[in-house]
Amino acid sequence: MSEEQKPGWRSIPIAGIITEPGSAMKYKTGDWRAYRPIIDEEKCVNCLLCWIYCPDAAIKRGEEKVSVDYEYCKGCGICANECPVGAIKMVEERR
Amino acid sequence: MSRILGLTGNGAVAYAVKQCEVDVVAAYPITPQTLIVEEFSEFVHNGEVHTEFVCVESEHSAMSACVGASLTGARVFTATASQGLALMHEILYIASTLRCPIVMGVVNRTLSAPINIHCDHSDMMGSRDCGWIQVYVENAQEAYDWVLQAFRIAESPEVLLPVTVNLDGFILSHSLEGVEVLDDEEVRSFVSTRKPVITIDPNKPITVGPICFTDFYFETKRQHVEAMNQSPKTINEVNGEFAELTGRRYNFIETYMMEDAEAAIICLGSTAGTAKAVAKRMRGRGKKVGVIKPWVYRPFPAEQILKSVENIGSLAVLDRACSVGAPYGPLCSDIAAVLYKENVKLNIFNVIYGLGGRDITPLDIEAIFNEALEVAETGVVKEPLKFVGVR
Repeated sequence: MSEEQKPGWRSIPIAGIITEPGSAMKYKTGDWRAYRPIIDEEKCVNCLLCWIYCPDAAIKRGEEKVSVDYEYCKGCGICANECPVGAIKMVEERR
Repeated sequence: MSRILGLTGNGAVAYAVKQCEVDVVAAYPITPQTLIVEEFSEFVHNGEVHTEFVCVESEHSAMSACVGASLTGARVFTATASQGLALMHEILYIASTLRCPIVMGVVNRTLSAPINIHCDHSDMMGSRDCGWIQVYVENAQEAYDWVLQAFRIAESPEVLLPVTVNLDGFILSHSLEGVEVLDDEEVRSFVSTRKPVITIDPNKPITVGPICFTDFYFETKRQHVEAMNQSPKTINEVNGEFAELTGRRYNFIETYMMEDAEAAIICLGSTAGTAKAVAKRMRGRGKKVGVIKPWVYRPFPAEQILKSVENIGSLAVLDRACSVGAPYGPLCSDIAAVLYKENVKLNIFNVIYGLGGRDITPLDIEAIFNEALEVAETGVVKEPLKFVGVR
């Protein structure tokens, strides 16, 4: 959403409150990422350490492998640091 | 039926808070404010009020507890002074932008160093930009009256901003006066109960105080500014209703002998009382002087001040605080800005006085009036910023 499309001060809720629960899902924090975790599926042993350590619950479990939810992954690199088989690489984002 | 009680400034505030049936008081003692919450704690102990009295470990916690309590929809009061207000500083901004209609008694005392417990306005002026409505009173009666009105103004859905009622440390806080008080029932119907706009309800969860980065912070602040800009309408209405109830008419400013004045003093708080007495005496000698006393400092009563100075030749602006390194003290900076904005050419000069509780005497005030009269006559301001009463 561009700055122009966002609601102005006359129409936003009073005092900056959020009027409904569960709205954090609408905040796509993946925009913040400077480094993108890339999972090498060949190396991944599905140990789920990355899934446990991810502070943003941005690792998704699959049938046999894990994947990254890039809409919410902030690129902190904890998964890459914890991966015991070196299956996750942090690659600079180029936008 | 009104009665007259012998009350100190602090006692008058405590008595008003008691009659306003406040739900929560979270406070920490500090001279010269302590007696407000000490006397109030006696009302709690004696079962005269239903208030939840929260003894906290610091003023930072006091204001934090007030914010939390206010968000639940409670009517909330606290009081502080000096270093205590400074310690609350960051939470003051949170209280106002989260639109918590807290009422706070500020018993003005200087800020350290050197450590000093006596009156000046550097505490409130240090937090001047915190987004609260700020009222200054001249005596204990005004302290009582403004606390009652403060709850009405703060809690009005049209305003929803916290209010400080400032009274001069010791000069007012510890002086005994005859204060005309209303009956509890009259106060109950005047102040009524708080009807919260934002409510905390487990069945309808909301988030208060979420992070608001570059995309929404500015809009939230702009909304806060608008609330302050719109508040004069409510302040005016409340003043009007209060006058009907008590016969005591408040306004944004009080003017004294300004009708045909050639020169005037403008000042906040108890000094206005001294200035009025001196003006009256000088009038007896044919000197046309008057006094302007803003009750409401934020929102700044620009329109009313401009109107009051329309026909004078010079204005002495008295500041009981200094903004070190600035061209003027805080009140004078505001006045200079307003005059410039409206293209009014009025010769003003700023007097910094009374820091750390240094007395300002009738003779000092008379000398200031005489200087203002001379400026009005000659059109020349010799000293734009002067310090009166310092060795």
